[in-house]
Amino acid sequence: MTLTTLDAPMSPLPYRIRQVTWENRDTFSFALAPAGEGSCERFLPGQFNMLYVYGVGEVPVSISGDPAEGDMIVHTTRYVGNVTKAMSRLRADQMIGVRGPLGNHWPAGEAKGKDLLIVAGGIGLAPLRPLIYEALRRRSDYGKIVLLFGTRSPDDMLFRNELRQWRSRFDMDVQICVDRAHQDWFGHVGVVSSLIPRAGFDPYLTHAFICGPEIMMVNTVEALIKRGVSEEAIFVTMERNMKCGIGLCGHCQLGTAFICKDGPVFRYDEMAPWLTIREM
Amino acid sequence: MKQHSEIGAMLAEHEFLRGMSSKHIALMEEFTSVDTFHPGDYVFRAGEEAEYTYLIRSGRISIEIYDPQRGAVLLETIAAEKVLGWSWLVPPYKWCFDARAVEVTRMLCLNAERLRQAGELDHEFGYEFHKRFTGVFAERLRAARLQLMDMYGPLT
Ligand SMILES: Cc1cc2nc3c(=O)[nH]c(=O)nc-3n(C[C@H](O)[C@H](O)[C@H](O)COP(=O)(O)OP(=O)(O)OC[C@H]3O[C@@H](n4cnc5c(N)ncnc54)[C@H](O)[C@@H]3O)c2cc1C
Ligand code: FES
Repeated sequence: MTLTTLDAPMSPLPYRIRQVTWENRDTFSFALAPAGEGSCERFLPGQFNMLYVYGVGEVPVSISGDPAEGDMIVHTTRYVGNVTKAMSRLRADQMIGVRGPLGNHWPAGEAKGKDLLIVAGGIGLAPLRPLIYEALRRRSDYGKIVLLFGTRSPDDMLFRNELRQWRSRFDMDVQICVDRAHQDWFGHVGVVSSLIPRAGFDPYLTHAFICGPEIMMVNTVEALIKRGVSEEAIFVTMERNMKCGIGLCGHCQLGTAFICKDGPVFRYDEMAPWLTIREM
Repeated sequence: MKQHSEIGAMLAEHEFLRGMSSKHIALMEEFTSVDTFHPGDYVFRAGEEAEYTYLIRSGRISIEIYDPQRGAVLLETIAAEKVLGWSWLVPPYKWCFDARAVEVTRMLCLNAERLRQAGELDHEFGYEFHKRFTGVFAERLRAARLQLMDMYGPLT
Protein backbone atom coordinates (compact mmCIF):
# COMPACT_ATOMS: atom_id res chain seq x y z
CA MET A 1 0.00 0.00 0.00
CA THR A 2 1.34 3.46 -0.82
CA LEU A 3 1.52 5.88 2.06
CA THR A 4 0.00 9.28 1.24
CA THR A 5 0.28 12.70 2.85
CA LEU A 6 -3.19 12.16 4.26
CA ASP A 7 -1.96 9.18 6.30
CA ALA A 8 1.02 11.02 7.80
CA PRO A 9 0.68 14.74 7.04
CA MET A 10 4.01 15.75 8.57
CA SER A 11 6.10 13.04 6.91
CA PRO A 12 7.56 13.81 3.51
CA LEU A 13 7.35 11.00 1.00
CA PRO A 14 10.49 10.16 -0.98
CA TYR A 15 10.34 11.26 -4.64
CA ARG A 16 13.02 10.88 -7.26
CA ILE A 17 14.01 13.77 -9.50
CA ARG A 18 13.46 12.49 -13.04
CA GLN A 19 14.40 15.63 -14.90
CA VAL A 20 15.86 19.05 -14.18
CA THR A 21 15.12 21.89 -16.62
CA TRP A 22 16.66 25.32 -16.19
CA GLU A 23 14.05 27.90 -17.22
CA ASN A 24 16.39 30.88 -16.86
CA ARG A 25 19.50 31.78 -14.88
CA ASP A 26 17.89 31.38 -11.41
CA THR A 27 14.79 29.25 -11.97
CA PHE A 28 14.58 25.53 -12.55
CA SER A 29 11.86 22.90 -12.89
CA PHE A 30 11.92 19.44 -11.37
CA ALA A 31 9.84 16.61 -12.76
CA LEU A 32 9.35 14.24 -9.82
CA ALA A 33 8.05 10.71 -9.51
CA PRO A 34 7.45 8.62 -6.37
CA ALA A 35 10.57 6.71 -5.42
CA GLY A 36 8.62 3.57 -4.59
CA GLU A 37 5.60 2.07 -6.23
CA GLY A 38 2.46 4.02 -6.92
CA SER A 39 1.63 7.18 -8.77
CA CYS A 40 1.72 10.87 -7.96
CA GLU A 41 -1.07 12.33 -5.89
CA ARG A 42 -3.67 14.15 -7.95
CA PHE A 43 -3.72 17.89 -7.50
CA LEU A 44 -5.80 20.88 -8.48
CA PRO A 45 -4.34 24.00 -10.15
CA GLY A 46 -3.09 26.41 -7.47
CA GLN A 47 -2.12 23.77 -4.90
CA PHE A 48 1.41 23.42 -3.56
CA ASN A 49 3.70 20.82 -2.01
CA MET A 50 6.16 21.16 0.84
CA LEU A 51 9.47 20.12 -0.75
CA TYR A 52 12.09 18.79 1.64
CA VAL A 53 15.76 18.96 0.72
CA TYR A 54 17.10 16.22 2.99
CA GLY A 55 19.22 17.60 5.79
CA VAL A 56 18.63 21.21 4.77
CA GLY A 57 14.98 22.16 5.14
CA GLU A 58 11.48 22.26 3.74
CA VAL A 59 9.78 24.99 1.67
CA PRO A 60 6.36 25.42 0.02
CA VAL A 61 6.48 25.32 -3.78
CA SER A 62 3.46 25.43 -6.07
CA ILE A 63 2.80 22.64 -8.53
CA SER A 64 3.50 23.99 -12.00
CA GLY A 65 2.83 20.96 -14.20
CA ASP A 66 -0.18 19.58 -15.99
CA PRO A 67 -2.83 18.18 -13.62
CA ALA A 68 -3.69 15.55 -16.22
CA GLU A 69 -0.18 14.14 -16.13
CA GLY A 70 -0.42 11.30 -13.60
CA ASP A 71 3.08 9.86 -13.44
CA MET A 72 5.12 13.02 -12.83
CA ILE A 73 4.68 16.09 -10.73
CA VAL A 74 6.41 19.31 -11.80
CA HIS A 75 7.65 22.16 -9.61
CA THR A 76 9.32 25.34 -10.78
CA THR A 77 11.51 27.05 -8.22
CA ARG A 78 13.52 30.21 -8.15
CA TYR A 79 16.52 30.05 -5.88
CA VAL A 80 16.53 32.83 -3.33
CA GLY A 81 17.91 31.44 -0.06
CA ASN A 82 19.19 28.44 1.89
CA VAL A 83 16.73 25.74 0.94
CA THR A 84 16.03 26.76 -2.64
CA LYS A 85 19.77 27.16 -3.33
CA ALA A 86 20.41 23.66 -1.97
CA MET A 87 17.52 22.45 -4.11
CA SER A 88 19.06 24.03 -7.21
CA ARG A 89 22.15 21.84 -6.69
CA LEU A 90 20.16 18.60 -6.84
CA ARG A 91 20.50 16.58 -10.02
CA ALA A 92 18.38 14.03 -11.87
CA ASP A 93 18.09 10.72 -9.99
CA GLN A 94 18.59 12.33 -6.55
CA MET A 95 15.85 12.24 -3.92
CA ILE A 96 13.64 14.93 -2.50
CA GLY A 97 10.85 14.75 0.12
CA VAL A 98 7.32 15.75 -0.89
CA ARG A 99 4.41 16.58 1.39
CA GLY A 100 1.14 17.44 -0.30
CA PRO A 101 -0.71 18.47 -2.32
CA LEU A 102 -1.74 21.17 0.12
CA GLY A 103 -3.91 24.27 0.13
CA ASN A 104 -6.91 25.26 -1.94
CA HIS A 105 -7.08 25.85 -5.69
CA TRP A 106 -8.02 28.41 -8.35
CA PRO A 107 -11.84 28.39 -8.54
CA ALA A 108 -11.87 27.87 -12.29
CA GLY A 109 -15.32 26.25 -12.10
CA GLU A 110 -16.85 29.57 -11.02
CA ALA A 111 -15.48 31.15 -14.16
CA LYS A 112 -17.46 28.87 -16.49
CA GLY A 113 -19.16 30.84 -19.23
CA LYS A 114 -17.02 33.91 -18.47
CA ASP A 115 -13.84 35.32 -19.91
CA LEU A 116 -10.72 34.11 -18.14
CA LEU A 117 -8.05 36.68 -17.43
CA ILE A 118 -4.76 35.37 -16.06
CA VAL A 119 -2.17 37.88 -14.89
CA ALA A 120 1.22 36.55 -13.85
CA GLY A 121 4.32 38.32 -12.60
CA GLY A 122 7.72 36.58 -12.70
CA ILE A 123 7.71 33.19 -10.93
CA GLY A 124 3.95 33.78 -10.42
CA LEU A 125 3.42 32.10 -13.78
CA ALA A 126 4.34 28.74 -12.19
CA PRO A 127 1.17 28.30 -10.05
CA LEU A 128 -0.95 29.56 -12.95
CA ARG A 129 0.41 27.16 -15.56
CA PRO A 130 -1.73 24.21 -14.37
CA LEU A 131 -4.79 26.47 -14.57
CA ILE A 132 -3.91 27.37 -18.17
CA TYR A 133 -3.46 23.68 -19.11
CA GLU A 134 -6.85 22.90 -17.57
CA ALA A 135 -8.61 25.88 -19.13
CA LEU A 136 -7.31 24.98 -22.59
CA ARG A 137 -8.39 21.39 -22.08
CA ARG A 138 -11.91 22.68 -21.30
CA ARG A 139 -11.68 25.49 -23.83
CA SER A 140 -15.39 25.56 -24.60
CA ASP A 141 -16.20 26.31 -20.94
CA TYR A 142 -14.86 29.84 -21.28
CA GLY A 143 -15.24 32.92 -23.40
CA LYS A 144 -11.95 34.63 -24.10
CA ILE A 145 -8.78 33.45 -22.45
CA VAL A 146 -6.24 36.20 -21.94
CA LEU A 147 -2.80 35.78 -20.37
CA LEU A 148 -0.84 38.88 -19.38
CA PHE A 149 2.67 38.03 -18.20
CA GLY A 150 5.06 40.53 -16.67
CA THR A 151 8.70 39.71 -16.14
CA ARG A 152 11.98 41.46 -15.56
CA SER A 153 13.57 41.14 -19.00
CA PRO A 154 13.31 38.84 -22.03
CA ASP A 155 16.13 36.72 -20.52
CA ASP A 156 14.07 36.12 -17.37
CA MET A 157 11.15 34.58 -19.26
CA LEU A 158 9.79 31.26 -17.98
CA PHE A 159 8.21 28.43 -19.97
CA ARG A 160 9.30 29.77 -23.35
CA ASN A 161 7.98 26.77 -25.27
CA GLU A 162 4.51 27.00 -23.75
CA LEU A 163 4.38 30.76 -24.19
CA ARG A 164 5.27 30.29 -27.86
CA GLN A 165 2.60 27.59 -28.29
CA TRP A 166 -0.07 29.58 -26.47
CA ARG A 167 0.74 32.70 -28.49
CA SER A 168 0.29 30.79 -31.72
CA ARG A 169 -3.26 29.67 -30.79
CA PHE A 170 -6.21 31.50 -32.26
CA ASP A 171 -8.31 30.98 -29.15
CA MET A 172 -6.00 32.58 -26.62
CA ASP A 173 -4.50 36.05 -26.32
CA VAL A 174 -1.02 36.18 -24.78
CA GLN A 175 0.76 39.44 -24.06
CA ILE A 176 4.15 39.73 -22.43
CA CYS A 177 5.51 42.83 -20.78
CA VAL A 178 9.06 43.31 -19.49
CA ASP A 179 10.58 45.97 -17.26
CA ARG A 180 13.48 46.56 -19.62
CA ALA A 181 14.75 45.25 -22.93
CA HIS A 182 16.90 45.87 -25.98
CA GLN A 183 15.88 46.55 -29.54
CA ASP A 184 15.56 42.87 -30.42
CA TRP A 185 12.45 42.74 -28.18
CA PHE A 186 9.15 43.32 -29.98
CA GLY A 187 6.80 42.96 -27.00
CA HIS A 188 5.66 45.50 -24.46
CA VAL A 189 7.91 47.34 -22.03
CA GLY A 190 6.42 48.68 -18.79
CA VAL A 191 4.35 47.42 -15.90
CA VAL A 192 2.02 44.51 -16.67
CA SER A 193 -1.00 46.42 -15.32
CA SER A 194 -0.58 48.90 -18.20
CA LEU A 195 -1.88 46.15 -20.54
CA ILE A 196 -5.22 45.90 -18.73
CA PRO A 197 -7.04 48.92 -20.17
CA ARG A 198 -6.81 47.52 -23.70
CA ALA A 199 -6.76 43.77 -23.10
CA GLY A 200 -9.53 41.91 -24.91
CA PHE A 201 -11.89 40.74 -22.14
CA ASP A 202 -15.34 41.81 -21.02
CA PRO A 203 -14.81 43.44 -17.62
CA TYR A 204 -18.34 42.63 -16.48
CA LEU A 205 -18.10 38.97 -17.43
CA THR A 206 -14.57 38.08 -16.45
CA HIS A 207 -12.89 36.11 -13.70
CA ALA A 208 -9.34 37.29 -13.05
CA PHE A 209 -6.62 35.11 -11.52
CA ILE A 210 -3.46 36.90 -10.42
CA CYS A 211 -0.15 35.68 -9.04
CA GLY A 212 3.07 37.63 -8.59
CA PRO A 213 4.82 39.99 -6.21
CA GLU A 214 2.28 41.67 -3.91
CA ILE A 215 2.94 45.16 -5.30
CA MET A 216 2.27 43.88 -8.80
CA MET A 217 -0.96 42.21 -7.66
CA VAL A 218 -2.21 45.34 -5.89
CA ASN A 219 -1.45 47.41 -8.98
CA THR A 220 -3.14 44.92 -11.24
CA VAL A 221 -6.25 44.77 -9.06
CA GLU A 222 -6.47 48.57 -9.13
CA ALA A 223 -6.35 48.58 -12.93
CA LEU A 224 -8.98 45.81 -13.09
CA ILE A 225 -11.37 47.61 -10.77
CA LYS A 226 -10.87 50.81 -12.80
CA ARG A 227 -11.85 48.85 -15.89
CA GLY A 228 -15.03 47.58 -14.19
CA VAL A 229 -14.11 44.10 -12.94
CA SER A 230 -15.77 43.48 -9.57
CA GLU A 231 -13.65 42.63 -6.52
CA GLU A 232 -15.59 39.37 -6.12
CA ALA A 233 -14.38 38.20 -9.53
CA ILE A 234 -10.69 38.73 -8.73
CA PHE A 235 -8.56 36.00 -7.15
CA VAL A 236 -5.00 36.37 -5.88
CA THR A 237 -2.47 34.03 -4.24
CA MET A 238 -0.72 34.95 -1.05
CA GLU A 239 2.73 33.85 0.10
CA ARG A 240 3.94 33.74 3.66
CA ASN A 241 6.61 31.66 5.39
CA MET A 242 5.34 28.22 6.25
CA LYS A 243 6.30 25.43 8.62
CA CYS A 244 3.60 22.77 8.96
CA GLY A 245 1.63 23.58 5.80
CA ILE A 246 -1.52 22.09 7.27
CA GLY A 247 -2.96 24.74 9.58
CA LEU A 248 -1.36 23.61 12.85
CA CYS A 249 1.51 25.94 13.70
CA GLY A 250 0.12 29.39 12.85
CA HIS A 251 3.31 30.37 11.03
CA CYS A 252 1.51 31.50 7.91
CA GLN A 253 -1.35 33.37 9.57
CA LEU A 254 -2.54 36.50 7.79
CA GLY A 255 -5.41 38.18 9.58
CA THR A 256 -7.87 35.46 10.39
CA ALA A 257 -6.67 33.14 7.63
CA PHE A 258 -3.99 30.49 7.48
CA ILE A 259 -2.45 30.79 4.04
CA CYS A 260 -1.54 27.10 3.95
CA LYS A 261 -5.03 25.82 4.72
CA ASP A 262 -7.48 28.58 3.72
CA GLY A 263 -5.27 29.67 0.81
CA PRO A 264 -3.00 30.22 -0.96
CA VAL A 265 -5.79 31.38 -3.32
CA PHE A 266 -8.10 34.08 -1.96
CA ARG A 267 -10.90 36.16 -3.38
CA TYR A 268 -9.53 39.67 -3.48
CA ASP A 269 -12.24 41.32 -1.37
CA GLU A 270 -11.60 38.80 1.41
CA MET A 271 -7.88 39.50 1.47
CA ALA A 272 -7.90 43.25 0.71
CA PRO A 273 -8.09 44.52 4.34
CA TRP A 274 -4.93 42.59 5.26
CA LEU A 275 -2.90 43.64 2.24
CA THR A 276 -2.62 47.23 3.40
CA ILE A 277 -1.43 46.45 6.95
CA ARG A 278 2.35 46.73 6.96
CA GLU A 279 3.17 44.43 9.89
CA MET A 280 1.26 41.61 8.20
CA MET B 1 -3.00 65.29 -46.07
CA LYS B 2 -6.34 64.48 -44.43
CA GLN B 3 -9.28 66.87 -44.40
CA HIS B 4 -9.68 68.83 -41.19
CA SER B 5 -13.10 67.45 -40.48
CA GLU B 6 -11.66 63.93 -40.40
CA ILE B 7 -8.83 65.08 -38.20
CA GLY B 8 -11.35 66.73 -35.91
CA ALA B 9 -13.21 63.42 -35.58
CA MET B 10 -9.97 61.56 -34.87
CA LEU B 11 -9.01 64.10 -32.22
CA ALA B 12 -12.43 63.96 -30.57
CA GLU B 13 -12.43 60.18 -30.35
CA HIS B 14 -8.90 59.82 -28.98
CA GLU B 15 -8.93 58.70 -25.35
CA PHE B 16 -6.63 61.52 -24.26
CA LEU B 17 -9.02 64.20 -25.51
CA ARG B 18 -12.32 62.45 -24.79
CA GLY B 19 -14.87 64.90 -23.43
CA MET B 20 -13.02 68.00 -24.66
CA SER B 21 -15.32 70.71 -26.00
CA SER B 22 -15.88 70.90 -29.74
CA LYS B 23 -14.56 74.46 -29.66
CA HIS B 24 -11.23 73.20 -28.36
CA ILE B 25 -11.19 70.27 -30.79
CA ALA B 26 -11.74 72.73 -33.63
CA LEU B 27 -8.88 74.84 -32.30
CA MET B 28 -6.50 71.86 -32.36
CA GLU B 29 -7.64 70.80 -35.83
CA GLU B 30 -5.86 73.90 -37.14
CA PHE B 31 -2.45 72.57 -36.25
CA THR B 32 -2.84 68.78 -36.31
CA SER B 33 -1.68 66.42 -39.04
CA VAL B 34 -1.69 62.62 -39.39
CA ASP B 35 1.48 60.64 -39.93
CA THR B 36 2.41 56.97 -40.27
CA PHE B 37 5.65 55.49 -38.95
CA HIS B 38 7.00 52.12 -40.02
CA PRO B 39 8.85 49.64 -37.80
CA GLY B 40 12.30 51.02 -37.04
CA ASP B 41 11.42 54.63 -37.97
CA TYR B 42 12.46 57.15 -35.37
CA VAL B 43 9.72 59.61 -34.44
CA PHE B 44 12.29 61.71 -32.64
CA ARG B 45 15.73 61.39 -31.10
CA ALA B 46 17.12 62.73 -27.82
CA GLY B 47 18.41 66.28 -28.14
CA GLU B 48 16.24 67.23 -31.12
CA GLU B 49 13.76 70.11 -30.98
CA ALA B 50 10.40 68.93 -29.57
CA GLU B 51 8.19 70.24 -32.36
CA TYR B 52 5.15 68.02 -31.89
CA THR B 53 3.24 66.03 -29.37
CA TYR B 54 1.68 62.81 -30.63
CA LEU B 55 -1.58 61.00 -30.02
CA ILE B 56 -1.23 57.34 -31.01
CA ARG B 57 -4.18 55.97 -33.00
CA SER B 58 -2.75 52.52 -33.70
CA GLY B 59 0.55 50.68 -33.39
CA ARG B 60 3.27 50.92 -30.78
CA ILE B 61 6.19 53.21 -30.04
CA SER B 62 9.16 52.41 -27.82
CA ILE B 63 10.85 55.03 -25.70
CA GLU B 64 14.56 54.37 -25.63
CA ILE B 65 17.77 55.70 -24.22
CA TYR B 66 21.05 55.14 -25.99
CA ASP B 67 24.01 54.08 -23.94
CA PRO B 68 27.33 53.61 -25.75
CA GLN B 69 28.10 50.49 -23.65
CA ARG B 70 24.66 48.91 -23.69
CA GLY B 71 23.24 50.19 -26.97
CA ALA B 72 19.61 51.25 -27.12
CA VAL B 73 17.75 50.34 -23.92
CA LEU B 74 13.95 50.17 -24.12
CA LEU B 75 12.36 51.97 -21.18
CA GLU B 76 8.70 51.81 -22.07
CA THR B 77 6.39 51.05 -24.96
CA ILE B 78 3.36 53.24 -25.63
CA ALA B 79 0.39 51.90 -27.53
CA ALA B 80 -2.83 53.10 -29.14
CA GLU B 81 -4.94 55.73 -27.39
CA LYS B 82 -1.92 57.00 -25.46
CA VAL B 83 0.01 60.23 -25.78
CA LEU B 84 3.67 60.38 -26.77
CA GLY B 85 6.04 63.19 -25.83
CA TRP B 86 5.99 65.89 -23.17
CA SER B 87 9.32 67.68 -23.76
CA TRP B 88 7.47 70.34 -25.79
CA LEU B 89 5.90 71.48 -22.47
CA VAL B 90 9.07 72.46 -20.65
CA PRO B 91 12.00 74.60 -21.83
CA PRO B 92 14.38 74.06 -23.54
CA TYR B 93 11.77 72.06 -25.57
CA LYS B 94 14.16 69.27 -26.54
CA TRP B 95 13.47 65.54 -26.48
CA CYS B 96 15.11 63.64 -23.61
CA PHE B 97 14.76 60.17 -25.13
CA ASP B 98 14.47 58.48 -28.51
CA ALA B 99 11.09 57.29 -29.77
CA ARG B 100 10.99 54.49 -32.36
CA ALA B 101 8.09 52.72 -34.02
CA VAL B 102 7.93 49.00 -33.13
CA GLU B 103 4.96 48.36 -35.42
CA VAL B 104 3.29 50.37 -38.15
CA THR B 105 2.05 53.29 -36.07
CA ARG B 106 -0.43 56.00 -36.98
CA MET B 107 -0.42 59.16 -34.96
CA LEU B 108 -2.01 62.56 -34.76
CA CYS B 109 0.79 65.11 -34.63
CA LEU B 110 -0.03 68.35 -32.82
CA ASN B 111 2.27 71.29 -33.47
CA ALA B 112 3.87 72.12 -30.14
CA GLU B 113 4.47 75.82 -30.65
CA ARG B 114 0.87 76.35 -31.72
CA LEU B 115 -0.29 74.33 -28.71
CA ARG B 116 1.71 76.53 -26.34
CA GLN B 117 0.37 79.66 -28.02
CA ALA B 118 -3.21 78.38 -27.87
CA GLY B 119 -2.79 77.66 -24.15
CA GLU B 120 -1.51 81.18 -23.52
CA LEU B 121 -4.36 82.79 -25.45
CA ASP B 122 -7.13 80.58 -24.11
CA HIS B 123 -6.40 79.65 -20.50
CA GLU B 124 -9.44 77.42 -20.30
CA PHE B 125 -8.02 75.36 -23.16
CA GLY B 126 -4.52 75.47 -21.67
CA TYR B 127 -5.77 74.29 -18.28
CA GLU B 128 -7.85 71.50 -19.80
CA PHE B 129 -4.89 70.28 -21.86
CA HIS B 130 -2.42 70.48 -18.96
CA LYS B 131 -4.85 68.75 -16.61
CA ARG B 132 -4.93 65.77 -18.97
CA PHE B 133 -1.15 65.79 -19.24
CA THR B 134 -0.82 65.79 -15.44
CA GLY B 135 -2.75 62.51 -15.41
CA VAL B 136 -0.32 61.09 -17.96
CA PHE B 137 2.68 62.25 -15.88
CA ALA B 138 1.27 60.68 -12.73
CA GLU B 139 0.63 57.36 -14.50
CA ARG B 140 4.07 57.27 -16.14
CA LEU B 141 5.90 58.29 -12.97
CA ARG B 142 4.20 55.56 -11.01
CA ALA B 143 4.99 52.96 -13.67
CA ALA B 144 8.61 54.14 -13.86
CA ARG B 145 8.99 53.84 -10.07
CA LEU B 146 7.58 50.33 -10.11
CA GLN B 147 9.97 49.36 -12.90
CA LEU B 148 12.80 50.97 -10.96
CA MET B 149 12.07 48.95 -7.85
CA ASP B 150 12.75 45.77 -9.85
CA MET B 151 9.82 43.92 -8.30
CA TYR B 152 10.61 40.64 -10.03
CA GLY B 153 14.25 40.80 -8.90
CA PRO B 154 15.81 39.37 -5.73
CA LEU B 155 14.38 40.65 -2.43
CA THR B 156 17.80 41.27 -0.87
C1 LIG C 1 2.04 28.69 -1.11
C2 LIG C 1 3.38 29.06 -1.63
C3 LIG C 1 3.75 28.68 -2.90
C4 LIG C 1 5.02 29.00 -3.40
N1 LIG C 1 5.35 28.61 -4.66
C5 LIG C 1 6.57 28.87 -5.14
C6 LIG C 1 6.93 28.44 -6.44
O1 LIG C 1 6.16 27.83 -7.17
N2 LIG C 1 8.19 28.72 -6.86
C7 LIG C 1 9.10 29.40 -6.08
O2 LIG C 1 10.22 29.62 -6.52
N3 LIG C 1 8.75 29.84 -4.87
C8 LIG C 1 7.53 29.58 -4.36
N4 LIG C 1 7.21 29.99 -3.10
C9 LIG C 1 8.21 30.73 -2.33
C10 LIG C 1 9.20 29.77 -1.69
O3 LIG C 1 8.53 29.02 -0.73
C11 LIG C 1 10.32 30.59 -1.05
O4 LIG C 1 11.09 31.18 -2.04
C12 LIG C 1 11.20 29.71 -0.17
O5 LIG C 1 10.48 29.35 0.98
C13 LIG C 1 12.45 30.43 0.23
O6 LIG C 1 13.18 29.58 1.08
P1 LIG C 1 14.77 29.65 1.16
O7 LIG C 1 15.20 28.86 2.34
O8 LIG C 1 15.38 29.30 -0.13
O9 LIG C 1 15.03 31.18 1.39
P2 LIG C 1 15.14 31.92 2.81
O10 LIG C 1 16.46 31.57 3.40
O11 LIG C 1 13.91 31.68 3.57
O12 LIG C 1 15.20 33.41 2.30
C14 LIG C 1 16.43 33.93 1.76
C15 LIG C 1 16.20 35.27 1.14
O13 LIG C 1 15.26 35.16 0.07
C16 LIG C 1 14.18 36.02 0.27
N5 LIG C 1 12.96 35.35 -0.14
C17 LIG C 1 12.22 34.46 0.57
N6 LIG C 1 11.14 34.11 -0.14
C18 LIG C 1 11.20 34.76 -1.31
C19 LIG C 1 10.36 34.80 -2.46
N7 LIG C 1 9.24 34.11 -2.52
N8 LIG C 1 10.75 35.57 -3.51
C20 LIG C 1 11.88 36.29 -3.47
N9 LIG C 1 12.70 36.29 -2.40
C21 LIG C 1 12.37 35.54 -1.34
C22 LIG C 1 14.17 36.29 1.77
O14 LIG C 1 13.63 37.59 2.03
C23 LIG C 1 15.61 36.27 2.12
O15 LIG C 1 16.23 37.49 1.88
C24 LIG C 1 5.94 29.71 -2.60
C25 LIG C 1 5.57 30.10 -1.30
C26 LIG C 1 4.32 29.79 -0.82
C27 LIG C 1 3.92 30.20 0.54
S1 FES D 1 2.22 26.78 7.99
FE1 FES D 1 1.55 26.07 9.91
S2 FES D 1 -0.41 26.94 10.03
FE2 FES D 1 0.22 27.42 8.03
